[in-house]
Amino acid sequence: MIYGLIAVGYTMVYGIIGMINFAHGDVFMVGAFLALISILALGAGGIAAGPAALLLVLLLTVAFTALYGWTVERLAYRPLRGSFRLAPLISAIGMSIVLQNYVQIAQGARVKPLEPLVPGGITLLTEAGFAAQLSYMQMLIVAVTLGVLAVFTWLVTRTPLGRAMRACEQDRRMASLLGIDTDRTISLTFVIGAGLAAVAGMMYLLRYGVIDFYIGFLAGVKAFTAAVLGGIGSLPGAVLGGLLIGLIETFWSAYFSVQYKDVAAFSILVLTLVFLPTGLLGRAEVEKV
Amino acid sequence: MSGPLLAVENVTARYGAVLALDDVSLHVEAGEIVTLIGANGAGKSTLLMTICGDPPARAGRIRFDGADITGQPTHRIMRGGIAQAPEGRRIFGRMSVLENLLIGAQAVAVDPGPELARVFALFPRLEERQAQRAGTLSGGEQQMLAIGRALMSRPRLLLLDEPSLGLAPLVVKGIFAAIRRLNAESGLSVLLVEQNAQAALRLAHRGYTLQTGRIVLAGTGRELLARPEVREAYLGG
Ligand SMILES: Nc1ncnc2c1ncn2[C@@H]1O[C@H](COP(=O)(O)OP(=O)(O)O)[C@@H](O)[C@H]1O
Ligand SMILES: [Mg+2]
Repeated sequence: MIYGLIAVGYTMVYGIIGMINFAHGDVFMVGAFLALISILALGAGGIAAGPAALLLVLLLTVAFTALYGWTVERLAYRPLRGSFRLAPLISAIGMSIVLQNYVQIAQGARVKPLEPLVPGGITLLTEAGFAAQLSYMQMLIVAVTLGVLAVFTWLVTRTPLGRAMRACEQDRRMASLLGIDTDRTISLTFVIGAGLAAVAGMMYLLRYGVIDFYIGFLAGVKAFTAAVLGGIGSLPGAVLGGLLIGLIETFWSAYFSVQYKDVAAFSILVLTLVFLPTGLLGRAEVEKV
Repeated sequence: MSGPLLAVENVTARYGAVLALDDVSLHVEAGEIVTLIGANGAGKSTLLMTICGDPPARAGRIRFDGADITGQPTHRIMRGGIAQAPEGRRIFGRMSVLENLLIGAQAVAVDPGPELARVFALFPRLEERQAQRAGTLSGGEQQMLAIGRALMSRPRLLLLDEPSLGLAPLVVKGIFAAIRRLNAESGLSVLLVEQNAQAALRLAHRGYTLQTGRIVLAGTGRELLARPEVREAYLGG
């Protein structure tokens, strides 16, 4: 689920400007930290946990992370647009390192724990000593993720901004011939991608309660795998890929070993790249010359 | 308003070291159809694109409606009353016909309703196919869509780059009739690039010939049709 949200950001940026935004996983990590800071700040300000407080945290996190996304695009990518293909990629890796080290210095290298904000859950069935439990937290995460993806899908398919984004993806030069400010559209793409990563960051924090400056790398690789598995450039593919990666990890942990669950994602990435380079819902790049 | 609608003055453009336009001057009056003919690689498409700021003019000036638009970013130029149906049509193949049209209007913030009605009146085929994926249209329909999309921003100057390319003679006739009708009914000014010199010179009020980046001849359509060097080079003797 959470990977799906991050994967959408990869796929969107790749689709529109043909670049793998390597710093995207770290934007997710920044989002998680901003969520933590917001929660602690609100707690210090005497605002107790509750739906309103969580919503406020969500808004603050999305707003500040989006600002990060915008800044990263402005500083590290836009100046390189039109230069050789590898340049923004290198810049992205640089940005990833910068973000990691910046958070490490600002927040300390120690792991940040958080008390569960939404305790409790419901027991679905109890049978022969096993209990299938669904926590409220898990339900909240699923609901928020689906809601955010629904809004995002509407934005891309039904609004003028979404149309401009798809136009930039298909033929950027033509889009500007129609009066579309393509630089602005690309900036907004980064901002929206960062906003989605922020939601994912907050969900991750709520789910696991523990974050460190390094979570961006692993989550980034898994989300990237989800995007590739779904077919990079395809938004429904990114969501599907995220779900699949989540499921595969769960089953892997259940049947094999939890310690090796990260291996699963890497194996899928390699297998997909070798046997199914266009992904499940991807299209062969025949239209681009 | 005094002076021409579009004035290109001593414009130079290059791709890296390649000089594509060399000291080009031409103008289009309000209400005029002007055609630009020339062999492959002469620089016709480059001239239309340079008017739109992409690639930008390296020297000289381009004025539209009296205002200097040289060096402005493309999207700003296109919001000011110029539209282009470029070479190769460049429709958005993965969008519907209707979306292709709507996107033509959204940057200039005109109400798309009336423009859509006008485009559908001009090309009824597009109305029938509005929900279809644009990439599945026939060549002639794609050309109609490219022109319709350009018209959606309610331009005063329409730049057309080889609208007849690769189309059957009957379809070409329809496209040329539509251009004539747009010009006659709403006074739209048109700068038309064509390989089909015969038809273009008959349609246009005036014409220019371009050869390796330089304007070599200028005159009314009738005059150019009668010139021996035009007959020889572009009309097959
Ligand atoms: N993107 C480009 N990069 C480099 N050279 C180009 C590019 N586009 C056109 N040219 C060159 O510029 C010249 C003019 O091309 P063009 O304007 O397309 O001519 P026309 O439309 O009259 O056929 C040609 O020599 C062509 O090779
Ligand atoms: Mg051409």
